Amino acid sequence: MSEQIMDAAPSAVDERGSQTTQAGRPAKPAAGEAGRGRKAFDGTLNVFSHAFLVVWGLLTALPLLWVVLSSFKDDAEILGDPWGLPSALRFDNFARAWTHGNIGQYFVNTGIVLAGSLTLTMLLGATAAYALARYKFVGSRLVYFVFVGGMMFPVVLAFVPLFKIVGGVGLRDTLPGLMLIYTAYSLPFTVFFLTAFFRTLPDSIAEAAYIDGCGPFRTFFRVMLPMAKPGLISVGIFNFLGHWNQYLLPVVLITSDEKQVLAQGLANLAISEGYRGDYSRLFAGLTLAMLPVLVVYAVFQRQVQSGLTAGQMK
Amino acid sequence: MRHGKYPLLLAFLLPPLALYGYFVVSPYAQSFLIAMTNWQGLSPAYEFVGFDNFKRMMGDEYVWNALLNNLWLLVLLPLLTIALGLFLATMLNVGGRGGRSTVTGVRGSGLYKVIYFAPQMLSVSIVGVLWAEVYNPRSGLLNSALRALGLDGLAKIWLGDPAYAFWAVLAVMVWANVGFYVVLFGAAMQSVPRDIYEAAALDGASRLTTLVRITVPLLWDTIQVAWVYLAILALDGFALIHVMTRGGPNFSTDVVGLRLYTEAFGDYKWGYASAIGVVMFFVTLSVTVLSLRLTRRERIELS
Repeated sequence: MSEQIMDAAPSAVDERGSQTTQAGRPAKPAAGEAGRGRKAFDGTLNVFSHAFLVVWGLLTALPLLWVVLSSFKDDAEILGDPWGLPSALRFDNFARAWTHGNIGQYFVNTGIVLAGSLTLTMLLGATAAYALARYKFVGSRLVYFVFVGGMMFPVVLAFVPLFKIVGGVGLRDTLPGLMLIYTAYSLPFTVFFLTAFFRTLPDSIAEAAYIDGCGPFRTFFRVMLPMAKPGLISVGIFNFLGHWNQYLLPVVLITSDEKQVLAQGLANLAISEGYRGDYSRLFAGLTLAMLPVLVVYAVFQRQVQSGLTAGQMK
Repeated sequence: MRHGKYPLLLAFLLPPLALYGYFVVSPYAQSFLIAMTNWQGLSPAYEFVGFDNFKRMMGDEYVWNALLNNLWLLVLLPLLTIALGLFLATMLNVGGRGGRSTVTGVRGSGLYKVIYFAPQMLSVSIVGVLWAEVYNPRSGLLNSALRALGLDGLAKIWLGDPAYAFWAVLAVMVWANVGFYVVLFGAAMQSVPRDIYEAAALDGASRLTTLVRITVPLLWDTIQVAWVYLAILALDGFALIHVMTRGGPNFSTDVVGLRLYTEAFGDYKWGYASAIGVVMFFVTLSVTVLSLRLTRRERIELS
């Protein structure tokens, strides 16, 4: 019995806990005497493995918690007692960040850009992918490779000409310009992912729709698009996070303060904080920028994790 | 079925192709041409100078310094992130040896995964601003923790000291990416049949042996993808460094992307900046091809 206790994970010391695995399967019969010494070793390793996991968990969570706690402090507390708890919940920090720190304006700008860019990316990406996945025509492979090839280029390579081109059509320093650019730079991955997805859908359903008198456009919007929902959700989450967090493109294309998006505005706020010394406002701004995505993540974490990792592996 | 496919093809392909061609393909193509000119952004006049920009780059110590920093990142970022990711994923997924020889995940592995993955949700700008505050020499989380532990000597001006700034930034990159690979490797480990791990445990294989001899070979495809992705990330690095240090102090954290940005929008040397971009493209391309080549192995089929 003592052996069993040693085998058990430190958090499950009672011997019944060691009889069944997490999946609820009954434990396999004993390995025999051979591994007795090693098992004691593994027992300590179990403690170690938990220790490692806890340490990394703290390394990840502590900085985030620290920012949230600091956002309720005043400057004296932030500078004098970084590890202490706030003496009062100062919500006016958030109000100051929202109005004087322009975080509110940045939120609105980001929301506007995202509404446009995400809709456009999904619409253009899905239609292009559908056309490439289901129809053979002269040059269809070329078009596919032109789209997918875009993933191989570092975005900074485009900085100089893009700055000029966007300025040339009067879209520099405008939110609609940002929408179009975000969309254009999201197309390679979106087309790539959705083409693969549309190819997995059976032909027979589109054929049946056609026999029932459904035109090609209706077939797409009414039959094929609903069937592609899982793929659309994955790539949608991917693009949502990508556009929400986008930093490179706005840094080059947006210059005036009132047009900036959240990621960019926050970085500038941090720089100006260095001169002004209003630390509580910076931490409040950081918390405001951080919490929405973390809340969405906490609710949909399974979908988000699988969506992002699936995107990586394709 | 194929009846009337051309209206659909035109309607479905023309708008995305037009947008993509105008804002993505054309800038990339133009940058190769601009790289051959002496264009100074502010004036419209320029002339073709052939490969002069590239020749000048050969003697530009700032570019070499930036490239060297990228190469250090290229070696260290994938190595540290994948090692740590594999280690934590192993602990989470096959770390618990609850009853006798059975192999399971540890308790609370779901919660760990949720926490580890969280930085992946945050933009580089949030990560950068957050860590700049953590590293703050006076009021930062790190130095005040060191002082509280009586290790005052270890408290540094992390981002202000050329000796430490690069390592501080590298640590942030690893911090932000590990969680993603813990989840990715964890998902891959789930597809490895339990019996293999159980057989190894029965045969008395230690956890390190299990990790090196069983997990790594079986997960090789996933590790390869991770390697390539992290290599591309290491060759970029622009955004995080732009937020945290702007390449300083004394260029100790400068990277090629930031060099391009500084030349283009600080000094308006558009021709030279584009040449830097072209070099960056070829370096990225060769590193990708090379790492796919070098890491190719016989694929192990699972049943």
